[in-house]
Amino acid sequence: MTTVPTVTPPWLHSLWSEAHWVQKTALVLGLTLTVAAVLAPAIAPFEPNAQSLIARLRPPLGFESASAGHLLGTDELGRDLLARCLHGLRLTLTLAVLGASLGLLIGGILGVLAGVAGGRTDAVITAAVDTQIAVPFTLVALFMLSVFGTSMVVMVLVLGFAGWEQYARILRGEVKRLMQLPFIEAARAAGASPWRIARVHVLPNVVSPVVVQFTLSLSNIILLESTLSFLGLGVQPPTATLGAMVGVGRDYMPTAPWIVLAPALLILAVTFSVQILGDWLRDRADVRLRVR
Amino acid sequence: MLGNALRILLRMVLTFFVIVTLVFFATRLSGSPLDFVFGEGMSVEDRAIMIRYYQLDRPIWDQYLAFLGAFVDGHFGLSFIERRPVAEMVAERLWPSAQLLISATAATLLVAIPLGIIAAVWRKSWIGSAVMALAFLGYAVPNFVLAVFLVLVFAFWLNWLPVVGNGTPAHFIMPTLTLAAAMIAAIMRFTRNAMLDVLGQDYMRTARAKGLPESAVILKHGLRNAGITILSVVGLQVAALAASGSVVVESIFAWPGIGDLLVNAAIRRDYPVLQFAVLTVALAVILINAAVDLAYAWADPRLRHSSRT
Repeated sequence: MTTVPTVTPPWLHSLWSEAHWVQKTALVLGLTLTVAAVLAPAIAPFEPNAQSLIARLRPPLGFESASAGHLLGTDELGRDLLARCLHGLRLTLTLAVLGASLGLLIGGILGVLAGVAGGRTDAVITAAVDTQIAVPFTLVALFMLSVFGTSMVVMVLVLGFAGWEQYARILRGEVKRLMQLPFIEAARAAGASPWRIARVHVLPNVVSPVVVQFTLSLSNIILLESTLSFLGLGVQPPTATLGAMVGVGRDYMPTAPWIVLAPALLILAVTFSVQILGDWLRDRADVRLRVR
Repeated sequence: MLGNALRILLRMVLTFFVIVTLVFFATRLSGSPLDFVFGEGMSVEDRAIMIRYYQLDRPIWDQYLAFLGAFVDGHFGLSFIERRPVAEMVAERLWPSAQLLISATAATLLVAIPLGIIAAVWRKSWIGSAVMALAFLGYAVPNFVLAVFLVLVFAFWLNWLPVVGNGTPAHFIMPTLTLAAAMIAAIMRFTRNAMLDVLGQDYMRTARAKGLPESAVILKHGLRNAGITILSVVGLQVAALAASGSVVVESIFAWPGIGDLLVNAAIRRDYPVLQFAVLTVALAVILINAAVDLAYAWADPRLRHSSRT
């Protein structure tokens, strides 16, 4: 850790050296998990859905009656747990990124619209945001998944719908604040079109709060997706996200706890690193905190 | 004060009306729910009877009016699966849910507020850091993962606690802990921040200068002033976290509450039950929010007096 290669740019070096050890751990963990998720098809030792009836419920290596080659053991259908965990991690992260991006798209458009247009448009969008905040989203999600069925597309829609109001709220506030500032007025006086003002003058100024919100919402979305999958309302078997693996595995807890423990610990690792990195990013983006 | 209360009440009714309307049209978007529930095994005549019973042959606006009419006459329909009035099914689930909610809220207040104060007072020492690390854990560990760990350790390995149902006080321990964990983390963080804001105020220095003992300064002058802000967040957080948390917790521990009912109705697509249960919980959340708004207005002397003039 002391020998940082000279090829790293200086800002990265200072970022790393000022980081707390918890943040360093989170960063390394997050990168490892991302790489593992991306490379899952290549590094998984088995097909995630390949069943083997003679190797069912085998414990992880090192325990009695472990099956050779199955590092984390096998589940109730004899599927390799490590392979399923890697693919589950991949799907969990994919769904989370897609959901957060969709939320950013919906909330971003509505928020900027509310901020720029004002008047009645603003009132309607603000009312929608307030309603969404007032209703616990798990209820909405249960309802949507029950009505529209549990496919991958519906899941992404539900997850996207889960965070849009935060982006809308933040962007509306930022845009409203920026629109008051002299440099926007100058641009308007110089004859710039509303579209040009939005694109050239407003958007670059709201990137930082949006990026922070994206990271923070990522962990909420991962939690929501895992919870819904855990309850059996997520992507349908045999495909599994980490939450679904915990949900199915809890039936085997007394006899084969590793089926639950492996994905549960993985979820912990994911939420831990995403939360820490999100908080870190927020603290760095907040100029007032950085000065302190 | 009265005008304020009236405004809160009006907003409450409006929000609930919007939710009722959204719920109604969302259910109708997916086509005939009977197809999912009864599938292939139904004869043409039976199907016609069911459609007429659930009034699915009428225009959608008539159905909407009938749905709104249920709030007047109380006929919210029958469950597709259990063939019982949904109001009855939800009503018998209310008390167990309330019991769990009360015990989790009590646990939250007992743990979170003292710890929050400790974290604020000793923020520079390891005690403060330890408390904040605990709060972070409560935030970052998903409640179902926590439940799984608790069940593994206390039910299967140590064999101390029962897992399923709500029969004895021992049944309350794990669900309460699971439900309270996220709330404790949230309230603890908030109490700390509210206390930190207050601790820097001039009147705190005055209180110390008067020679009051430190405990009186912190509890009487500090906590009382931070209390109002803490109260508002407790209400809002409790409503939101409890609603989503109890769905998970009740489902894991087979707690016979409304969250368990919701999940089962969602999985089996029992729309009448799902609709009514969602509306009940939404109403409960809205009521709690409104109560918090009112309590906030009442507890803050500035708000209480300013609107009287």
